[in-house]
Amino acid sequence: MSGYFSMGGYAAFVWPCFLLTAIVLVWNVIAARRLHDAARIKVLRRASAAKGSS
Amino acid sequence: MNWTWFHKLASPPHAYRIAGGLLPWFGWPALLLIVAGLYGGLVLAPADYQQGDAFRIVYVHAPSAWLSMLIYGTMATAAAVGLIWRIKLAHAVAAASAPIGASFTVLALATGAIWGKPMWGTWWVWDARLTSELLLLFLYAGVIALRASIDDRDRSDRASAVLAIVGVVNLPIIHYSVYWWNTLHQESTLTKIGKPSMAGEMLWPLLVMLLGFTLYFGAVLMVRLRSEILRRERDASWLRAEVGS
Repeated sequence: MSGYFSMGGYAAFVWPCFLLTAIVLVWNVIAARRLHDAARIKVLRRASAAKGSS
Repeated sequence: MNWTWFHKLASPPHAYRIAGGLLPWFGWPALLLIVAGLYGGLVLAPADYQQGDAFRIVYVHAPSAWLSMLIYGTMATAAAVGLIWRIKLAHAVAAASAPIGASFTVLALATGAIWGKPMWGTWWVWDARLTSELLLLFLYAGVIALRASIDDRDRSDRASAVLAIVGVVNLPIIHYSVYWWNTLHQESTLTKIGKPSMAGEMLWPLLVMLLGFTLYFGAVLMVRLRSEILRRERDASWLRAEVGS
């Protein structure tokens, strides 16, 4: 098993690439969802503010 | 020809709902394909006879480089549609694409540099392929910065669209750079005329990863497009009913 993780001596290059990819894939999902939630909350606030003033 | 369907699709309420409906159809297959591709690439594929196990970096490097260009193409096409036919939704697609594309350009450059070190003996060379990919990152940065620097939405849409469209000339330069100029970068594995220069057991995980990454882009684009629509239409009455439910 440790032989597998050593990647034939290239572990220091192979694993960081896959780790960076995982970070970018996860970041994109989190960032997109956060933006959507924030925009949704803004719309709801404006809607309730508009209701209150009318 | 009847264009009603097109205008219906381009209307924000429809687009918002359709994007939400499409999301799982992109997201779940993307997840399955990426997991399968990782297993195929990291476990099933044999080591390369020249590069040993270092060649496995291709399974994340090539898909991210592919996305960096596909997303730029998507962004520029949407920008052109928005500019020519004055469709606001198209500008929203362009705005939603830019940060995703920039992140995959960074990833392509980073994984390329890490792969370059053991194979070429250097992290970076100023050759045509690497320089044109770096230029792609600057183009993304320019489009994002230009969009952010103009307050008026219509002007910001138009200005960033022009820059995005001009930058399209860089895409063929990136693709053909390895044929036109001397470079350390290897030639394309998949688009070689004739047949791909890769054994089947190494090739299928790469194809699966390419498709998985492409669908993944679709999923993230749907979420980002929905928030763009929310931001652009925040006072529309349809929206209040939509997000309130």
